[in-house]
Amino acid sequence: MKELFQLYSAFFRIGLFTFGGGYAMLPMLQREVVNKYHWATDEELLDCYAIGQCTPGIIAVNVATYVGYSQQGVAGGIIATLGVVSPSLIIITLVAMVLSPFMSNLYVARAFAGIRVAVCALIAGSVVKLAKKSVTDVTGIILCVAAFVLVAVLGASPIWVTIGAALCGLILGRVRGVK
Amino acid sequence: MTDILWLIFEFFKAGLFAVGGGLATLPYLTRMSQAHPTWFTTEMLANMVAISESTPGPLGINMATYVGYTVAGIPGGVVATLALVTPAVIIIMLIYRVLQQYKTNPLVVSGFGALRPAVTGLIAAAGYSVFRMAVLTGDPGSLFTLISWKALALCAALFALTQIKKTKNLHPVLFIAVGAVVGLLVEL
Repeated sequence: MKELFQLYSAFFRIGLFTFGGGYAMLPMLQREVVNKYHWATDEELLDCYAIGQCTPGIIAVNVATYVGYSQQGVAGGIIATLGVVSPSLIIITLVAMVLSPFMSNLYVARAFAGIRVAVCALIAGSVVKLAKKSVTDVTGIILCVAAFVLVAVLGASPIWVTIGAALCGLILGRVRGVK
Repeated sequence: MTDILWLIFEFFKAGLFAVGGGLATLPYLTRMSQAHPTWFTTEMLANMVAISESTPGPLGINMATYVGYTVAGIPGGVVATLALVTPAVIIIMLIYRVLQQYKTNPLVVSGFGALRPAVTGLIAAAGYSVFRMAVLTGDPGSLFTLISWKALALCAALFALTQIKKTKNLHPVLFIAVGAVVGLLVEL
């Protein structure tokens, strides 16, 4: 019961402090899920993102379900997911109610320009932290750089890159296993 | 009442087929506005995207709440959001159980071994797209006009804070707050 409450409140905070998409929530996930409650390791978070990348649904929800289910079964998965969507439900409903003329306000726009820069720095910080653990050999460097270039420069779909990387891993596993 | 049932159907469908990030639900919403012309217009959709991006919470969830609320008030917002997440919750639980069974299988291990660096690259790419939006001006005249130097300086300073031992465990919200305050004081 206590852990269910912790799951709800941790994912509520993650939802509340995420601006943008699933990747922007990575710094908050690392803080709550890895550092604070030890529900998952950095490596498991990456596995979650990989699964979330090629399964239907929003990545934030996929990660919440995955972590919640791993800790407390079906109830945990549902509670963590409800936690991550609750702030959106409350805030968006309020914004929609007052119909947000203030969103086009100059000062609000300037503040959000600054927030985007901060989000960018936070993601960069998370990438460095993850790379230290996930990119451990030459193959890893090649895969990481290739994935970045394919998506950022060539505009490839992350789904195909994820599936391609998994296939590379399977083939490499086979080749190394034969030796 | 029929609107609520349609919301459940449409958002369950979007949740089932939209693979990837929050913006992956956008094409489904565009189609929704065409299939249900009384719900919302394409212009309204653009405003909803802008507001969803600049309020807390994952983009896809914000969009679902917003559209649902627009169509059928508070029950609509709740129903659309829950319908959107239901397919993912079921699918991920099934995948988790299969994965736990094959976790030690050497092929699965080497598959994930390759996925981790690749996903790190994907996240870097997502960071780069935020960077392009936040720091580059889109004016290709010269290097001086292409980059918003004030934004780049702020980004570099905040990134440095994430790397220094003393400050790297500061709450991410503090970084967001600093960004907002600097944005207000200095036009980035």
